[in-house]
Amino acid sequence: MKLLTHNMLTSHVKGVIKGYPLIIKATEVKVNELDFNAQFVSRMIPKLEWSALIQAAEWLGHSQNLPDAVVENYENNEEFLRKVHRVLLEIEVIEGSLQCPESGREFPISKGVPNMLLNEGE
Amino acid sequence: MHENMALCCSHACPQYLLHMANENVDFRLPEIKALLSLRNRSFDTPQTFEENSPFWQLNGLTEDDIRSVMSRTVCAKSAFELWGHGSTADELKNSLLEYPSEYMAPYLQKNSTYKINVYTFNKTLDFTHRIEKIEALAFLPFEGKVNLKDPEHIFCLLEDYSSDPNDIPEEPFHIYFGKWIADGQRELIRSYSVKKRHFIGNTSMDACLSFIMANHAKVKANDLVYDPFVGTGSLLMASSHFGAYVCGTDIDYNTIHGIGKASRKNQKWRGPDENIRANLRQYGSEHLYMDVMVSDASKPVWRRKALFDAIITDPPYGIRESTRRTGSHKDIIKPPDDFSGESHIPVSMAYHLSDMFADLLNFAAHHLVLGGRLVYWLPIYRPEYSEEMVPLHPCLTLISNCEQTLSSHTSRRLVTMEKSKEPEDSDRLTHLADPRFTPYQGHNSFREKYFSGLTKKNGKNTTVTTGNED
Repeated sequence: MKLLTHNMLTSHVKGVIKGYPLIIKATEVKVNELDFNAQFVSRMIPKLEWSALIQAAEWLGHSQNLPDAVVENYENNEEFLRKVHRVLLEIEVIEGSLQCPESGREFPISKGVPNMLLNEGE
Repeated sequence: MHENMALCCSHACPQYLLHMANENVDFRLPEIKALLSLRNRSFDTPQTFEENSPFWQLNGLTEDDIRSVMSRTVCAKSAFELWGHGSTADELKNSLLEYPSEYMAPYLQKNSTYKINVYTFNKTLDFTHRIEKIEALAFLPFEGKVNLKDPEHIFCLLEDYSSDPNDIPEEPFHIYFGKWIADGQRELIRSYSVKKRHFIGNTSMDACLSFIMANHAKVKANDLVYDPFVGTGSLLMASSHFGAYVCGTDIDYNTIHGIGKASRKNQKWRGPDENIRANLRQYGSEHLYMDVMVSDASKPVWRRKALFDAIITDPPYGIRESTRRTGSHKDIIKPPDDFSGESHIPVSMAYHLSDMFADLLNFAAHHLVLGGRLVYWLPIYRPEYSEEMVPLHPCLTLISNCEQTLSSHTSRRLVTMEKSKEPEDSDRLTHLADPRFTPYQGHNSFREKYFSGLTKKNGKNTTVTTGNED
């Protein structure tokens, strides 16, 4: 699971009001180097919940010294975009789980794939 | 007078001719229109335009527009700069003589090489006849050298003998001559064939239709594309071929993880690396893999935000893959006794088709960017189909609706919608006011009708054909 995906996921446990962001409990994290794509990262930045991204990167020990807020004129700031690219697409949770911050329900991540299914009644 | 004006006009900006493939006929026009709209161009043809013809004349475009369309289309075979056309050889000649010589000259020069192809639709010409046809063009000032192997310029004479194979006329009813510009991407149908793919399933979408869907959806580089019923990821592969980042979810744990029984003949179990990511890797687009997840498309796992540039999907409709979602009916508290699912798979219950399509449209309205497209298949029981059955949504504009026939009584329709406004609370009221906004109840019994139709047919035509390759 990449942190771009994590940034977009929320808990859907019944009755939960504040199910975002899901807490990442990782037991295996991999860095998968990719060619830098400034255009895609620039397109994604306005869609992100920035604080959730920073939080997620810190949980995984890959904060990259990213600032607390999106920098101005980020489209032209290659250094910043490279860091965001790294955090969004190159860091992957292979094993672990995502935990609903309110109910504590855990969604397992296995072989890099989150399982978001709930049981009946949940 | 009128005709002269038209000619002047067409000469001011050149006319182009598309040679369309004679299959998936219903899907061709929306594909070309979508590809033109990616360049903010509209589809402009002479009044004589016939959608079923293999030859389409296009006005008001530049060569760059045409090249851009041809770099994506799987419905068009080739594109030509149209130099002349007519319904008889004489008419063609006159038309060619009226074409400004300064437009032809750069391609006819002494030091250049060229060849002329003859293409006939619905008729086969022998070698002698083809040579005769080429020699009849000698009035054009070709000064270059013929080179059949590697010419700089390729010209083509295209003859249309209509589309009725039982009534082939002696003479073509229309003839075109033009300079070849580019071929389409029909080659992708072979290179992405399900047979060559590492990881496939029982219902993997065939390559041609996958690319048609990605084109209808206007998928482009750096888009984010989502398939909520991802299966083995055929649609993600087509989308990533055009440079989009892709993600998908499926309720089936085994499919997502690529474990369990194989779909291939002569292979009992799936191999260790049969999954969507490996398929993207096989075609050099693993860098465009975002994620796949095990998830129920009826549950809100994505936070509320316009995230996706396109949603393309082939929802299961219970013929070869069952429709299901997690949860249980109110009156059934415990799973049925015969339920023998694995521990990580919650009880699934039947997912009514009408609910599924209503959920899908609603999801698209909330999660597509403005102008983003939803492209999906809708199963149809043909004897009862009418256009009013296609579900609508106040935030989505219907763009196209093409039929692929599956059997005499069933088909599926490829529906393309575009998000035209953000959802508002007042949209809920629209659902009550207009029956087309309420989910199509008739789809619920599609599966029963499908199988009842089959058994009635006395074993004739009982194979379940869906147009998918296996």
